[in-house]
Amino acid sequence: MLVIFVKSAVLLLVVVTTFAYAMLFERKILGWMQLRPGPNRVGPWGLLQPAADAAKLILKEDLTPKTADPLIYRLAPFISLLTAFAVYAVVPFGANGDGSPWAIGDVNAGILFLMAISSIGVYGISLGGWASGSKFPLLGAVRGTAQMISYELSMSLSFVGVLMLAGTTSLTGIVNAQERLWFLIPQALGFVIYVITAVAETNRTPFDLVEAETELVGGFHTEYSGLRFGSFFIAEYVNMLTVSCIATLLFLGGWNAPFGLTLVPGLAWFVLKVGAFMFFYMWLRATLPRFRYDRLMTFGWKVLLPLATLNLVATAAWVALH
Amino acid sequence: MRKQLFNVGAILQGLGITFKYMFAKRPTIEYPSIKKQHAPRFHGLHELRRYADGKERCIGCELCSSACPANAITVIGAENSPDARVSPGERRAASYEIDELRCIFCGLCEEACPTDAIVLTPRFEMADYRRGAFVYSKDRLLVPTDAGVGTPPDERPNGIPADLGRVAEVKSTTNVDRGYSATHRGEVLKTERKGLAG
Ligand code: SF4
Ligand code: SF4
Repeated sequence: MLVIFVKSAVLLLVVVTTFAYAMLFERKILGWMQLRPGPNRVGPWGLLQPAADAAKLILKEDLTPKTADPLIYRLAPFISLLTAFAVYAVVPFGANGDGSPWAIGDVNAGILFLMAISSIGVYGISLGGWASGSKFPLLGAVRGTAQMISYELSMSLSFVGVLMLAGTTSLTGIVNAQERLWFLIPQALGFVIYVITAVAETNRTPFDLVEAETELVGGFHTEYSGLRFGSFFIAEYVNMLTVSCIATLLFLGGWNAPFGLTLVPGLAWFVLKVGAFMFFYMWLRATLPRFRYDRLMTFGWKVLLPLATLNLVATAAWVALH
Repeated sequence: MRKQLFNVGAILQGLGITFKYMFAKRPTIEYPSIKKQHAPRFHGLHELRRYADGKERCIGCELCSSACPANAITVIGAENSPDARVSPGERRAASYEIDELRCIFCGLCEEACPTDAIVLTPRFEMADYRRGAFVYSKDRLLVPTDAGVGTPPDERPNGIPADLGRVAEVKSTTNVDRGYSATHRGEVLKTERKGLAG
């Protein structure tokens, strides 16, 4: 029991620190790509910027609009935050020599748990937007719900291909099945579909229609301020970390070293792969403009879903024939 | 629409461009610590000049105030008393105020002044929290007695004044070395003013 508590506390700390610095690096990278230096005033190289931001968010006034539903309005950020963190109960970060994973809980249906929890996360967005009692958040919430439903379908289908090849739903089992060949290669189409849907699931550019600063003034969190806004913000970045972890576990071989470079420990490989994926995310944000809403839907239902189904059928046929 | 949806090539090209720019040289000048070189005839905060003997150049004629398109200058003239002369002639400025918030830094006051008393310096950092602080009266406009006579308008310095800090090593948009006095207009002004400057 105590061990679980300690493990959870350490993990929570690691995830929160990662969030803080992911945010700093995102701003740095966005800056560099736009020929700016990025934040560099607080501390050497801007390294204390996250602390300054946190202090600012904590000190800000916490406003509740008159028309808001007070209970749900207050609850929504915590739903987002809780589901974002809860996922890490089953994510393994490495393995001991005997194959037991470094995770808080080694669930044998880990991937199902992951999908279940992360789909609860959308409640934070839709309830928060609805309970704000104002038009922009409501629009953001409606968009968010529709977008999540559309893209979660293709995302789940892209998982199934991996599950069939690995023959297990345990995340550790899936990583172990990639010891010789990463699923990135046999499931290339699945990987592409996953990357696209993951961006949509975490509501980031070019699929950030839920926030859409330019048209919805922040979307579902327009009315939120202070730490409640901060909760949404943390949830967004933690979700980003989560989908990067899933991509690493499912497609990039988890902590398996590539090209037999086993001298470098598995955890380092894991961190490196997750980091590369996060960078790709920020890179996308610096490059692509936002989708139009109807195109987002068209793309999700008419392109991604058929492709994901095709991938599924092809994988099933291949598995059945071998 | 189909064409746009499947234009993966364009997306890859875009990713390539942003990646390339990540390593490009950034033109940012980190302003408060490093300053950009201003143009040679930059118009900034005003200065009231003195003669070499310490007397004020301003004779309180109010020509600057009537030339000013923004009504920023208020001059109240007065007689010089013979035993304690402030300026060489008969008259002096008893009070001289410029509201820098009204001022549009056009430099017409400088052109109107018959004695080259009021000039615009390249100083531009005047920020303050109080409105009142932008009304500069004589105590802040006059060159301090121990700081020389002030800069004649034709020989306005091109560099950032030494006490303003480090200057960026970026090329200015104008030729800094040639400066104000080398322009044709500057030459004309210089000869015209020869007789006036004391
Ligand atoms: S610079 Fe122009 S606006 Fe400013 S005080 Fe002189 S004449 Fe007036
Ligand atoms: S500054 Fe020049 S123009 Fe203005 S009152 Fe003094 S002498 Fe006259």
